[in-house]
Amino acid sequence: MEKHLYVAQRLTAIVLAPLVLIHLVLILYAIEGGLSAGEILGRTRGHLGWAAFYSLFVITAALHAPIGLRNVIVEWTRLPRRWIDALAVTLGCVLLVLGLRAVVAIY
Amino acid sequence: MSSTVTSERLLQVSIWRGGDDGRLVQYEIETRENQTVLDVVTEIQRRLEPSLAYRFACRVGVCGSCAMTVNGRPRWTCRTHVKNVVEDHALTIEPLRNLPKIKDLVCDLAPFIDTFKRAGAPFSGSNTRHEKPAAVKPDSPLRVAADAALQCINCAVCYSACDVVSWNPDYIGPAGLNRAWTLVNDVRHNRREQTFKMAFGEGGCGSCHSHGNCTRHCPVELRPSESIAGLKRAAFSGLPTE
Repeated sequence: MEKHLYVAQRLTAIVLAPLVLIHLVLILYAIEGGLSAGEILGRTRGHLGWAAFYSLFVITAALHAPIGLRNVIVEWTRLPRRWIDALAVTLGCVLLVLGLRAVVAIY
Repeated sequence: MSSTVTSERLLQVSIWRGGDDGRLVQYEIETRENQTVLDVVTEIQRRLEPSLAYRFACRVGVCGSCAMTVNGRPRWTCRTHVKNVVEDHALTIEPLRNLPKIKDLVCDLAPFIDTFKRAGAPFSGSNTRHEKPAAVKPDSPLRVAADAALQCINCAVCYSACDVVSWNPDYIGPAGLNRAWTLVNDVRHNRREQTFKMAFGEGGCGSCHSHGNCTRHCPVELRPSESIAGLKRAAFSGLPTE
């Protein structure tokens, strides 16, 4: 189990690195250029590319973040492993649902 | 520090006395040529404090019994010259960190020895004496990888130096994982998969923060950090093969 989580965290990190950079550049571009919410939605609505980009972002982040948080809680606390695992799975589900909901909203 | 005026020839030595609730006690002994830290402890026990408890055996850096904390760092005391570690004519000698103190400079090594088992040791062979010995070429990649991690003297210096062990007692630590790496690379070991699994289990190599304190302090210049990195790489590439 630990090995699979270790590998999953590294692989999702590899995917996330360029996605985060593109996402940050995009935010700066949108704000600097003074795009309104309506203008942003005008570009993302019906655009399968953006939906795919952010779906991948949400899925990898929902895998990556809970694994890291689990490691931190295991190191910092003496909580039973089962509780920590349940907490990590819950966090992953919350990130996934909220994230995918946002993707649906801009598509 | 003692407030007495010290001569150039005198060494101010603070030694941990007692168990967990012990304290540092000051001694003064003469500075000598080619004096090791173990010589200092031995002289204090023989001349000043007969009840002082400490461990040693070979006195030549082979057995790994005499490790202690010297001026804040874990070291093999029989091969540590006072002149290389003394600060202001003073030495502070304490038992190893990260292990339960028993008395004075002696700590309980049982938790450390357990880490080898938790990491998937010992070696397990399936050949009997009636079969030919396995032929392992000295230049085969697995043998070269195992070679670099062999010769551990089990002194517990790396375990004591490791910060992750200090805050996470479940962590196997560098010596156990280094041993696991030698077994994972040993074609004669018939539990390679299992050893790898154990070394990657809870508290295994995934918990290492790659601080490198183990490699920095290892008295026989092994590199447990590299062994741990090898185990982590094997998570992606599978067990090393010839």
